[in-house]
Amino acid sequence: MTLRIADSDHRAFRDASPGLRLVLICIFSIGVMALDNQNRHLEGVRQILAASIYPIRLLVDAPFSIGRWLSDNFATRNTLITENDQLKRKILIHNARLQRMASLEAENARLRTLLDSTAKVGDRVLIAEIMSVDMNPFRHMIVINRGSVDGIQVGQAMIDGQGIIGQVIRDHIFSAEAILITDIDHALPVELVRNRLRTIAVGTGDLERLSMPFLPRNADVQVGDLIVTSGLGGTFPPGYPVGVIRDVISEVGQPFLKISAEPAAALNRIREVLLIWTEPPQAAPAADTDATQNDAVESARAEPETAQPDDISPAVPADIPTVDETPTVDETPEEAL
Amino acid sequence: MSRRRASRWPVWLVLLTTTALVSLPLPDVLTPFRPPWATLAIIYWIMMWPRVFGLGSAWLIGLILDILQGELLGQHAMAMTIVGYLTLRFHLQIRIFPLWQLTMTVFALLAIEAFVLFWIDGIVGNPMLGVARWTQVIFGAILWPPVMAIMDRIRESIETRDPTFI
Repeated sequence: MTLRIADSDHRAFRDASPGLRLVLICIFSIGVMALDNQNRHLEGVRQILAASIYPIRLLVDAPFSIGRWLSDNFATRNTLITENDQLKRKILIHNARLQRMASLEAENARLRTLLDSTAKVGDRVLIAEIMSVDMNPFRHMIVINRGSVDGIQVGQAMIDGQGIIGQVIRDHIFSAEAILITDIDHALPVELVRNRLRTIAVGTGDLERLSMPFLPRNADVQVGDLIVTSGLGGTFPPGYPVGVIRDVISEVGQPFLKISAEPAAALNRIREVLLIWTEPPQAAPAADTDATQNDAVESARAEPETAQPDDISPAVPADIPTVDETPTVDETPEEAL
Repeated sequence: MSRRRASRWPVWLVLLTTTALVSLPLPDVLTPFRPPWATLAIIYWIMMWPRVFGLGSAWLIGLILDILQGELLGQHAMAMTIVGYLTLRFHLQIRIFPLWQLTMTVFALLAIEAFVLFWIDGIVGNPMLGVARWTQVIFGAILWPPVMAIMDRIRESIETRDPTFI
Protein backbone atom coordinates (compact mmCIF):
# COMPACT_ATOMS: atom_id res chain seq x y z
CA MET A 1 0.00 0.00 0.00
CA THR A 2 2.74 2.45 0.90
CA LEU A 3 4.22 1.92 -2.55
CA ARG A 4 1.21 3.48 -4.21
CA ILE A 5 2.24 7.05 -3.62
CA ALA A 6 0.36 8.53 -6.52
CA ASP A 7 -2.76 6.63 -5.74
CA SER A 8 -4.60 8.93 -3.43
CA ASP A 9 -8.08 7.52 -3.59
CA HIS A 10 -7.98 4.24 -1.78
CA ARG A 11 -11.00 2.15 -1.89
CA ALA A 12 -11.45 -1.28 -0.41
CA PHE A 13 -11.72 -2.83 -3.85
CA ARG A 14 -8.62 -1.09 -5.14
CA ASP A 15 -6.62 -2.27 -2.15
CA ALA A 16 -7.23 -5.90 -3.00
CA SER A 17 -4.55 -7.56 -5.08
CA PRO A 18 -5.17 -7.66 -8.85
CA GLY A 19 -5.49 -11.44 -8.77
CA LEU A 20 -8.23 -11.33 -6.15
CA ARG A 21 -9.98 -8.55 -8.04
CA LEU A 22 -9.85 -10.60 -11.23
CA VAL A 23 -11.40 -13.58 -9.50
CA LEU A 24 -14.13 -11.44 -7.92
CA ILE A 25 -14.96 -9.72 -11.20
CA CYS A 26 -14.99 -13.00 -13.11
CA ILE A 27 -17.34 -14.61 -10.58
CA PHE A 28 -19.58 -11.56 -10.75
CA SER A 29 -19.53 -11.58 -14.57
CA ILE A 30 -20.35 -15.27 -14.71
CA GLY A 31 -23.25 -14.65 -12.33
CA VAL A 32 -24.50 -11.82 -14.51
CA MET A 33 -24.17 -13.93 -17.64
CA ALA A 34 -26.06 -16.82 -16.06
CA LEU A 35 -28.87 -14.51 -14.96
CA ASP A 36 -29.00 -12.83 -18.34
CA ASN A 37 -28.96 -16.08 -20.25
CA GLN A 38 -31.65 -17.88 -18.30
CA ASN A 39 -35.12 -16.45 -18.67
CA ARG A 40 -33.81 -12.96 -19.21
CA HIS A 41 -33.85 -11.96 -15.56
CA LEU A 42 -31.86 -8.85 -16.29
CA GLU A 43 -34.05 -7.28 -18.96
CA GLY A 44 -34.89 -4.40 -16.63
CA VAL A 45 -31.23 -3.74 -15.88
CA ARG A 46 -30.35 -3.96 -19.55
CA GLN A 47 -33.15 -1.57 -20.40
CA ILE A 48 -31.78 1.06 -18.03
CA LEU A 49 -28.18 0.53 -19.14
CA ALA A 50 -29.16 0.66 -22.80
CA ALA A 51 -31.11 3.86 -22.22
CA SER A 52 -28.03 5.38 -20.58
CA ILE A 53 -25.77 4.51 -23.51
CA TYR A 54 -28.36 5.74 -26.02
CA PRO A 55 -26.30 8.97 -26.45
CA ILE A 56 -23.40 6.90 -27.78
CA ARG A 57 -25.69 5.37 -30.37
CA LEU A 58 -27.10 8.76 -31.26
CA LEU A 59 -23.56 10.08 -31.68
CA VAL A 60 -22.58 7.23 -33.99
CA ASP A 61 -25.80 7.69 -35.93
CA ALA A 62 -25.43 11.47 -36.14
CA PRO A 63 -23.10 11.77 -39.18
CA PHE A 64 -25.36 9.48 -41.16
CA SER A 65 -28.58 11.21 -40.23
CA ILE A 66 -26.99 14.60 -40.90
CA GLY A 67 -25.91 13.30 -44.30
CA ARG A 68 -29.45 12.19 -45.04
CA TRP A 69 -30.81 15.51 -43.85
CA LEU A 70 -28.39 17.39 -46.10
CA SER A 71 -29.21 15.31 -49.13
CA ASP A 72 -32.91 15.80 -48.42
CA ASN A 73 -32.56 19.53 -48.01
CA PHE A 74 -30.25 20.24 -50.89
CA ALA A 75 -32.00 18.09 -53.44
CA THR A 76 -32.34 19.89 -56.73
CA ARG A 77 -35.66 21.15 -57.93
CA ASN A 78 -35.63 18.69 -60.80
CA THR A 79 -35.16 15.69 -58.53
CA LEU A 80 -38.00 16.85 -56.34
CA ILE A 81 -40.31 17.33 -59.30
CA THR A 82 -39.52 13.88 -60.70
CA GLU A 83 -39.96 12.30 -57.29
CA ASN A 84 -43.21 14.14 -56.77
CA ASP A 85 -44.48 12.91 -60.13
CA GLN A 86 -43.56 9.35 -59.33
CA LEU A 87 -45.23 9.51 -55.95
CA LYS A 88 -48.40 10.97 -57.44
CA ARG A 89 -48.53 8.17 -59.97
CA LYS A 90 -48.04 5.59 -57.24
CA ILE A 91 -50.78 7.09 -55.11
CA LEU A 92 -53.11 6.93 -58.09
CA ILE A 93 -52.32 3.26 -58.65
CA HIS A 94 -52.73 2.47 -54.97
CA ASN A 95 -56.02 4.28 -54.69
CA ALA A 96 -57.30 2.36 -57.68
CA ARG A 97 -56.24 -0.89 -56.04
CA LEU A 98 -57.85 0.14 -52.78
CA GLN A 99 -61.19 0.65 -54.48
CA ARG A 100 -61.13 -2.94 -55.55
CA MET A 101 -59.90 -3.98 -52.08
CA ALA A 102 -62.92 -2.44 -50.43
CA SER A 103 -65.34 -4.57 -52.39
CA LEU A 104 -63.18 -7.66 -51.94
CA GLU A 105 -63.08 -7.08 -48.22
CA ALA A 106 -66.82 -6.76 -48.03
CA GLU A 107 -67.19 -9.93 -50.03
CA ASN A 108 -64.69 -11.70 -47.84
CA ALA A 109 -66.58 -10.60 -44.74
CA ARG A 110 -69.83 -11.96 -46.15
CA LEU A 111 -68.23 -15.28 -46.97
CA ARG A 112 -66.71 -15.39 -43.51
CA THR A 113 -70.07 -14.88 -41.87
CA LEU A 114 -71.47 -17.65 -44.04
CA LEU A 115 -68.68 -19.93 -42.86
CA ASP A 116 -69.24 -18.73 -39.32
CA SER A 117 -65.55 -18.10 -38.76
CA THR A 118 -64.29 -15.26 -36.64
CA ALA A 119 -63.42 -12.10 -38.44
CA LYS A 120 -60.05 -10.68 -37.65
CA VAL A 121 -59.59 -7.09 -36.74
CA GLY A 122 -57.28 -4.63 -38.36
CA ASP A 123 -53.65 -4.09 -37.52
CA ARG A 124 -52.15 -0.87 -36.34
CA VAL A 125 -48.73 0.24 -37.53
CA LEU A 126 -46.02 2.66 -36.49
CA ILE A 127 -43.17 3.86 -38.65
CA ALA A 128 -39.67 3.63 -37.21
CA GLU A 129 -36.32 4.49 -38.67
CA ILE A 130 -33.32 2.21 -38.51
CA MET A 131 -30.39 3.82 -36.73
CA SER A 132 -27.00 3.66 -38.42
CA VAL A 133 -25.31 1.62 -35.74
CA ASP A 134 -23.86 -1.84 -36.06
CA MET A 135 -24.50 -4.53 -33.53
CA ASN A 136 -22.77 -7.84 -33.19
CA PRO A 137 -21.27 -8.43 -36.65
CA PHE A 138 -22.13 -12.11 -36.55
CA ARG A 139 -25.80 -11.55 -36.00
CA HIS A 140 -28.48 -9.81 -38.06
CA MET A 141 -29.75 -7.28 -35.59
CA ILE A 142 -30.77 -3.68 -36.04
CA VAL A 143 -31.56 -0.76 -33.76
CA ILE A 144 -34.68 1.29 -34.43
CA ASN A 145 -35.38 4.75 -33.12
CA ARG A 146 -38.60 3.89 -31.29
CA GLY A 147 -38.76 2.38 -27.86
CA SER A 148 -41.14 1.55 -25.08
CA VAL A 149 -42.13 5.23 -24.82
CA ASP A 150 -43.71 4.77 -28.24
CA GLY A 151 -45.43 1.59 -27.14
CA ILE A 152 -43.01 -0.88 -28.73
CA GLN A 153 -43.22 -4.34 -27.21
CA VAL A 154 -40.96 -7.34 -27.36
CA GLY A 155 -42.08 -9.81 -30.01
CA GLN A 156 -43.64 -7.23 -32.24
CA ALA A 157 -43.51 -7.96 -35.95
CA MET A 158 -41.71 -5.59 -38.30
CA ILE A 159 -42.43 -5.17 -42.01
CA ASP A 160 -41.41 -2.84 -44.79
CA GLY A 161 -43.02 -2.01 -48.11
CA GLN A 162 -42.32 -5.45 -49.49
CA GLY A 163 -42.60 -7.97 -46.72
CA ILE A 164 -41.68 -9.22 -43.28
CA ILE A 165 -38.37 -7.95 -41.92
CA GLY A 166 -38.14 -9.34 -38.43
CA GLN A 167 -39.28 -8.88 -34.87
CA VAL A 168 -38.42 -6.78 -31.85
CA ILE A 169 -36.37 -8.65 -29.27
CA ARG A 170 -35.53 -5.93 -26.75
CA ASP A 171 -37.36 -2.73 -26.07
CA HIS A 172 -35.17 -0.08 -24.59
CA ILE A 173 -36.78 3.11 -23.50
CA PHE A 174 -35.97 5.31 -26.49
CA SER A 175 -34.85 2.67 -28.95
CA ALA A 176 -35.40 -0.99 -29.57
CA GLU A 177 -33.38 -3.86 -30.90
CA ALA A 178 -34.83 -6.14 -33.52
CA ILE A 179 -33.71 -9.37 -35.10
CA LEU A 180 -34.02 -9.92 -38.85
CA ILE A 181 -35.66 -13.02 -40.30
CA THR A 182 -32.31 -14.02 -41.82
CA ASP A 183 -30.52 -14.19 -38.47
CA ILE A 184 -29.22 -17.67 -37.87
CA ASP A 185 -31.23 -17.93 -34.65
CA HIS A 186 -34.53 -16.88 -36.19
CA ALA A 187 -37.34 -19.06 -37.48
CA LEU A 188 -40.83 -18.07 -38.55
CA PRO A 189 -43.93 -20.08 -39.42
CA VAL A 190 -44.84 -19.64 -43.07
CA GLU A 191 -47.10 -21.15 -45.68
CA LEU A 192 -47.01 -21.40 -49.45
CA VAL A 193 -49.60 -19.21 -51.09
CA ARG A 194 -50.30 -21.72 -53.85
CA ASN A 195 -51.33 -24.68 -51.72
CA ARG A 196 -51.27 -23.43 -48.11
CA LEU A 197 -48.52 -25.87 -47.28
CA ARG A 198 -47.23 -24.89 -43.85
CA THR A 199 -43.61 -25.00 -42.79
CA ILE A 200 -40.90 -23.06 -41.00
CA ALA A 201 -38.52 -20.62 -42.66
CA VAL A 202 -35.19 -20.47 -40.88
CA GLY A 203 -32.57 -17.74 -41.17
CA THR A 204 -29.23 -18.64 -42.66
CA GLY A 205 -26.97 -15.79 -41.63
CA ASP A 206 -27.05 -14.62 -45.24
CA LEU A 207 -29.15 -11.49 -45.81
CA GLU A 208 -30.46 -12.77 -49.12
CA ARG A 209 -31.41 -16.30 -48.20
CA LEU A 210 -33.88 -18.14 -46.00
CA SER A 211 -33.93 -21.89 -45.72
CA MET A 212 -36.88 -24.23 -45.26
CA PRO A 213 -35.41 -27.45 -43.97
CA PHE A 214 -38.51 -29.28 -42.77
CA LEU A 215 -40.38 -30.23 -45.93
CA PRO A 216 -40.39 -33.90 -46.96
CA ARG A 217 -39.24 -34.92 -50.40
CA ASN A 218 -42.73 -35.43 -51.72
CA ALA A 219 -43.90 -31.94 -50.74
CA ASP A 220 -45.38 -29.87 -53.51
CA VAL A 221 -42.94 -26.99 -53.75
CA GLN A 222 -41.92 -25.18 -56.89
CA VAL A 223 -39.36 -22.54 -57.66
CA GLY A 224 -41.13 -19.19 -57.74
CA ASP A 225 -43.72 -20.05 -55.08
CA LEU A 226 -44.59 -17.13 -52.86
CA ILE A 227 -44.38 -17.74 -49.12
CA VAL A 228 -46.35 -15.69 -46.61
CA THR A 229 -46.61 -15.74 -42.84
CA SER A 230 -49.06 -18.33 -41.61
CA GLY A 231 -49.92 -16.61 -38.36
CA LEU A 232 -49.17 -19.70 -36.32
CA GLY A 233 -47.09 -19.00 -33.26
CA GLY A 234 -48.80 -15.68 -32.76
CA THR A 235 -45.84 -13.39 -33.30
CA PHE A 236 -46.39 -12.59 -36.94
CA PRO A 237 -49.84 -11.72 -38.24
CA PRO A 238 -50.93 -13.98 -41.10
CA GLY A 239 -50.71 -13.14 -44.76
CA TYR A 240 -47.67 -10.90 -45.00
CA PRO A 241 -45.24 -11.81 -47.77
CA VAL A 242 -42.00 -13.41 -46.56
CA GLY A 243 -40.21 -14.36 -49.74
CA VAL A 244 -40.05 -16.28 -52.97
CA ILE A 245 -38.66 -19.79 -53.34
CA ARG A 246 -35.52 -19.72 -55.43
CA ASP A 247 -34.09 -23.19 -55.17
CA VAL A 248 -35.49 -26.65 -54.49
CA ILE A 249 -32.96 -29.45 -54.26
CA SER A 250 -34.04 -33.02 -53.74
CA GLU A 251 -31.11 -35.17 -52.77
CA VAL A 252 -31.34 -38.92 -52.99
CA GLY A 253 -31.02 -40.45 -49.55
CA GLN A 254 -32.06 -37.31 -47.73
CA PRO A 255 -35.47 -37.28 -46.03
CA PHE A 256 -36.04 -33.56 -46.52
CA LEU A 257 -35.85 -31.15 -49.39
CA LYS A 258 -33.23 -28.44 -49.43
CA ILE A 259 -35.18 -25.30 -50.12
CA SER A 260 -33.86 -21.80 -50.15
CA ALA A 261 -35.96 -18.69 -50.49
CA GLU A 262 -35.17 -15.09 -51.14
CA PRO A 263 -36.70 -12.65 -48.63
CA ALA A 264 -39.30 -10.36 -50.14
CA ALA A 265 -37.97 -7.36 -48.24
CA ALA A 266 -34.62 -5.96 -49.35
CA LEU A 267 -33.07 -6.56 -45.94
CA ASN A 268 -29.77 -4.88 -46.72
CA ARG A 269 -31.33 -1.70 -48.06
CA ILE A 270 -34.08 -0.94 -45.58
CA ARG A 271 -34.19 2.51 -43.98
CA GLU A 272 -37.65 2.63 -42.50
CA VAL A 273 -39.73 -0.13 -41.02
CA LEU A 274 -43.35 -0.53 -39.99
CA LEU A 275 -44.09 -2.07 -36.62
CA ILE A 276 -47.37 -3.93 -36.43
CA TRP A 277 -49.73 -4.42 -33.55
CA THR A 278 -52.33 -7.09 -34.03
CA GLU A 279 -55.09 -6.07 -31.69
CA PRO A 280 -58.61 -4.67 -31.72
CA PRO A 281 -58.73 -1.23 -33.32
CA GLN A 282 -60.68 0.29 -30.42
CA ALA A 283 -57.56 -0.03 -28.22
CA ALA A 284 -55.46 1.60 -30.85
CA PRO A 285 -55.23 5.36 -30.48
CA ALA A 286 -51.58 5.72 -29.46
CA ALA A 287 -49.95 5.08 -32.82
CA ASP A 288 -49.07 7.52 -35.56
CA THR A 289 -51.16 5.84 -38.17
CA ASP A 290 -54.01 3.42 -38.32
CA ALA A 291 -54.35 0.89 -41.02
CA THR A 292 -56.25 -2.22 -41.65
CA GLN A 293 -54.27 -5.29 -42.25
CA ASN A 294 -55.34 -5.59 -45.84
CA ASP A 295 -54.45 -2.01 -46.31
CA ALA A 296 -50.95 -2.59 -45.04
CA VAL A 297 -50.54 -5.66 -47.16
CA GLU A 298 -51.73 -3.70 -50.12
CA SER A 299 -49.02 -1.14 -49.58
CA ALA A 300 -46.63 -3.97 -48.89
CA ARG A 301 -47.29 -5.21 -52.35
CA ALA A 302 -46.31 -2.00 -53.97
CA GLU A 303 -43.03 -1.17 -55.61
CA PRO A 304 -40.01 -0.37 -53.37
CA GLU A 305 -39.87 2.80 -51.30
CA THR A 306 -43.57 3.38 -51.19
CA ALA A 307 -44.23 2.71 -47.52
CA GLN A 308 -44.77 6.37 -46.79
CA PRO A 309 -47.01 7.40 -43.93
CA ASP A 310 -49.68 8.75 -46.22
CA ASP A 311 -50.05 5.49 -48.05
CA ILE A 312 -51.29 3.69 -45.00
CA SER A 313 -53.55 6.26 -43.51
CA PRO A 314 -57.07 4.91 -43.14
CA ALA A 315 -58.24 4.81 -46.70
CA VAL A 316 -60.85 2.13 -46.31
CA PRO A 317 -64.17 3.45 -45.02
CA ALA A 318 -64.80 2.47 -41.43
CA ASP A 319 -68.16 0.88 -42.12
CA ILE A 320 -66.59 -1.88 -44.18
CA PRO A 321 -65.64 -4.66 -41.78
CA THR A 322 -62.03 -5.70 -41.94
CA VAL A 323 -61.58 -9.38 -41.93
CA ASP A 324 -58.98 -12.03 -41.62
CA GLU A 325 -57.08 -12.20 -44.80
CA THR A 326 -56.82 -15.60 -46.33
CA PRO A 327 -53.64 -16.26 -48.23
CA THR A 328 -55.60 -16.86 -51.39
CA VAL A 329 -56.02 -13.13 -51.62
CA ASP A 330 -52.29 -12.97 -52.13
CA GLU A 331 -52.32 -15.38 -54.98
CA THR A 332 -51.72 -12.77 -57.62
CA PRO A 333 -49.45 -10.32 -55.87
CA GLU A 334 -48.02 -8.74 -58.98
CA GLU A 335 -51.31 -8.59 -60.76
CA ALA A 336 -51.76 -5.51 -62.88
CA LEU A 337 -54.85 -3.45 -62.52
CA MET B 1 -7.36 14.86 -6.31
CA SER B 2 -9.65 17.12 -8.29
CA ARG B 3 -6.75 17.80 -10.58
CA ARG B 4 -6.25 14.11 -11.00
CA ARG B 5 -9.87 13.71 -11.92
CA ALA B 6 -9.56 16.60 -14.32
CA SER B 7 -6.71 14.89 -16.11
CA ARG B 8 -8.58 11.66 -16.31
CA TRP B 9 -11.60 12.66 -18.30
CA PRO B 10 -9.93 13.06 -21.72
CA VAL B 11 -8.82 9.46 -21.47
CA TRP B 12 -12.32 8.34 -20.59
CA LEU B 13 -13.46 10.25 -23.64
CA VAL B 14 -10.91 8.35 -25.73
CA LEU B 15 -12.04 5.04 -24.26
CA LEU B 16 -15.70 5.81 -24.91
CA THR B 17 -14.90 6.91 -28.47
CA THR B 18 -13.08 3.68 -29.20
CA THR B 19 -16.00 1.80 -27.70
CA ALA B 20 -18.43 3.70 -29.90
CA LEU B 21 -16.32 2.80 -32.96
CA VAL B 22 -17.50 -0.76 -32.45
CA SER B 23 -21.00 0.21 -33.51
CA LEU B 24 -19.89 2.34 -36.46
CA PRO B 25 -21.73 0.93 -39.45
CA LEU B 26 -19.46 -0.84 -41.91
CA PRO B 27 -20.37 -2.83 -44.98
CA ASP B 28 -20.50 -6.57 -44.37
CA VAL B 29 -17.45 -7.07 -46.55
CA LEU B 30 -15.34 -5.21 -44.01
CA THR B 31 -16.49 -7.21 -40.99
CA PRO B 32 -13.31 -9.36 -40.93
CA PHE B 33 -11.25 -6.17 -40.83
CA ARG B 34 -13.02 -4.49 -37.96
CA PRO B 35 -10.40 -4.30 -35.22
CA PRO B 36 -11.32 -4.54 -31.53
CA TRP B 37 -10.67 -0.84 -30.93
CA ALA B 38 -11.83 -0.78 -27.33
CA THR B 39 -9.54 -3.64 -26.33
CA LEU B 40 -6.55 -1.92 -27.94
CA ALA B 41 -7.34 1.27 -26.02
CA ILE B 42 -7.81 -0.56 -22.71
CA ILE B 43 -4.53 -2.44 -23.14
CA TYR B 44 -2.71 0.81 -23.82
CA TRP B 45 -4.09 2.78 -20.90
CA ILE B 46 -3.72 -0.01 -18.36
CA MET B 47 -0.16 -0.55 -19.53
CA MET B 48 0.75 3.12 -19.30
CA TRP B 49 -1.33 4.29 -16.34
CA PRO B 50 -1.85 1.15 -14.27
CA ARG B 51 -2.76 3.18 -11.21
CA VAL B 52 -5.51 5.09 -12.93
CA PHE B 53 -7.05 2.41 -15.10
CA GLY B 54 -7.45 -1.09 -13.84
CA LEU B 55 -9.75 -4.04 -13.90
CA GLY B 56 -12.75 -1.94 -12.93
CA SER B 57 -12.39 0.31 -15.99
CA ALA B 58 -11.83 -2.71 -18.22
CA TRP B 59 -14.99 -4.31 -16.87
CA LEU B 60 -17.01 -1.13 -17.37
CA ILE B 61 -15.89 -0.70 -20.98
CA GLY B 62 -16.64 -4.37 -21.59
CA LEU B 63 -20.12 -3.95 -20.19
CA ILE B 64 -20.78 -0.97 -22.48
CA LEU B 65 -19.61 -3.13 -25.39
CA ASP B 66 -22.03 -5.85 -24.36
CA ILE B 67 -24.94 -3.45 -24.40
CA LEU B 68 -23.88 -1.79 -27.66
CA GLN B 69 -23.60 -5.12 -29.40
CA GLY B 70 -26.72 -6.57 -27.81
CA GLU B 71 -24.90 -9.58 -26.44
CA LEU B 72 -25.01 -11.50 -23.22
CA LEU B 73 -24.40 -9.07 -20.35
CA GLY B 74 -20.97 -9.72 -18.88
CA GLN B 75 -19.45 -11.51 -21.84
CA HIS B 76 -17.20 -8.77 -23.16
CA ALA B 77 -16.89 -7.47 -19.62
CA MET B 78 -15.29 -10.68 -18.45
CA ALA B 79 -13.04 -11.06 -21.51
CA MET B 80 -11.93 -7.47 -21.16
CA THR B 81 -11.19 -7.94 -17.46
CA ILE B 82 -9.00 -10.96 -18.17
CA VAL B 83 -7.07 -9.02 -20.81
CA GLY B 84 -6.84 -6.11 -18.38
CA TYR B 85 -5.49 -8.37 -15.65
CA LEU B 86 -2.78 -9.83 -17.89
CA THR B 87 -1.80 -6.34 -19.02
CA LEU B 88 -1.70 -5.12 -15.43
CA ARG B 89 0.29 -8.14 -14.30
CA PHE B 90 2.97 -7.70 -16.95
CA HIS B 91 2.80 -3.96 -17.59
CA LEU B 92 6.35 -3.33 -16.38
CA GLN B 93 7.76 -5.94 -18.76
CA ILE B 94 5.73 -5.13 -21.86
CA ARG B 95 6.16 -1.39 -21.51
CA ILE B 96 9.85 -1.65 -22.38
CA PHE B 97 9.42 -4.17 -25.17
CA PRO B 98 10.49 -3.08 -28.65
CA LEU B 99 7.52 -2.30 -30.85
CA TRP B 100 7.42 -5.58 -32.76
CA GLN B 101 7.54 -7.59 -29.55
CA LEU B 102 4.84 -5.40 -28.03
CA THR B 103 2.71 -5.96 -31.13
CA MET B 104 3.11 -9.71 -30.73
CA THR B 105 2.06 -9.41 -27.08
CA VAL B 106 -0.99 -7.41 -28.09
CA PHE B 107 -1.78 -10.09 -30.66
CA ALA B 108 -1.64 -12.71 -27.92
CA LEU B 109 -3.89 -10.62 -25.64
CA LEU B 110 -6.43 -10.07 -28.42
CA ALA B 111 -6.36 -13.78 -29.20
CA ILE B 112 -7.06 -14.56 -25.55
CA GLU B 113 -9.97 -12.13 -25.56
CA ALA B 114 -11.39 -13.60 -28.77
CA PHE B 115 -11.01 -17.07 -27.33
CA VAL B 116 -12.86 -16.18 -24.12
CA LEU B 117 -15.71 -14.66 -26.18
CA PHE B 118 -15.74 -17.71 -28.46
CA TRP B 119 -15.80 -20.01 -25.45
CA ILE B 120 -18.70 -18.22 -23.78
CA ASP B 121 -20.60 -18.21 -27.10
CA GLY B 122 -20.06 -21.96 -27.26
CA ILE B 123 -21.30 -22.56 -23.72
CA VAL B 124 -24.36 -20.37 -24.14
CA GLY B 125 -25.16 -21.86 -27.53
CA ASN B 126 -24.84 -18.73 -29.63
CA PRO B 127 -24.04 -19.33 -33.27
CA MET B 128 -20.32 -19.09 -34.00
CA LEU B 129 -19.88 -18.24 -37.61
CA GLY B 130 -16.92 -17.91 -39.84
CA VAL B 131 -13.34 -16.89 -39.39
CA ALA B 132 -14.11 -13.17 -39.09
CA ARG B 133 -13.53 -13.10 -35.34
CA TRP B 134 -10.01 -14.48 -35.79
CA THR B 135 -9.08 -12.20 -38.69
CA GLN B 136 -10.22 -9.32 -36.50
CA VAL B 137 -7.54 -10.34 -34.00
CA ILE B 138 -4.84 -10.25 -36.67
CA PHE B 139 -6.05 -6.94 -38.00
CA GLY B 140 -6.20 -5.50 -34.50
CA ALA B 141 -2.58 -6.45 -33.90
CA ILE B 142 -1.57 -4.89 -37.21
CA LEU B 143 -3.26 -1.68 -36.16
CA TRP B 144 -1.53 -1.58 -32.77
CA PRO B 145 1.48 0.59 -33.82
CA PRO B 146 -0.64 3.46 -35.24
CA VAL B 147 -3.09 3.24 -32.32
CA MET B 148 -0.19 3.37 -29.90
CA ALA B 149 1.31 6.38 -31.68
CA ILE B 150 -1.97 8.29 -31.39
CA MET B 151 -2.48 7.32 -27.74
CA ASP B 152 1.12 8.29 -26.96
CA ARG B 153 0.48 11.80 -28.19
CA ILE B 154 -2.67 12.10 -26.09
CA ARG B 155 -0.86 10.79 -23.02
CA GLU B 156 2.16 13.06 -23.50
CA SER B 157 -0.02 16.11 -23.92
CA ILE B 158 -1.84 15.30 -20.67
CA GLU B 159 1.38 14.58 -18.80
CA THR B 160 3.13 17.75 -19.93
CA ARG B 161 0.10 19.79 -18.95
CA ASP B 162 -0.03 18.21 -15.52
CA PRO B 163 3.43 16.91 -14.52
CA THR B 164 2.35 15.92 -11.02
CA PHE B 165 -0.04 13.44 -12.54
CA ILE B 166 1.37 9.87 -12.46
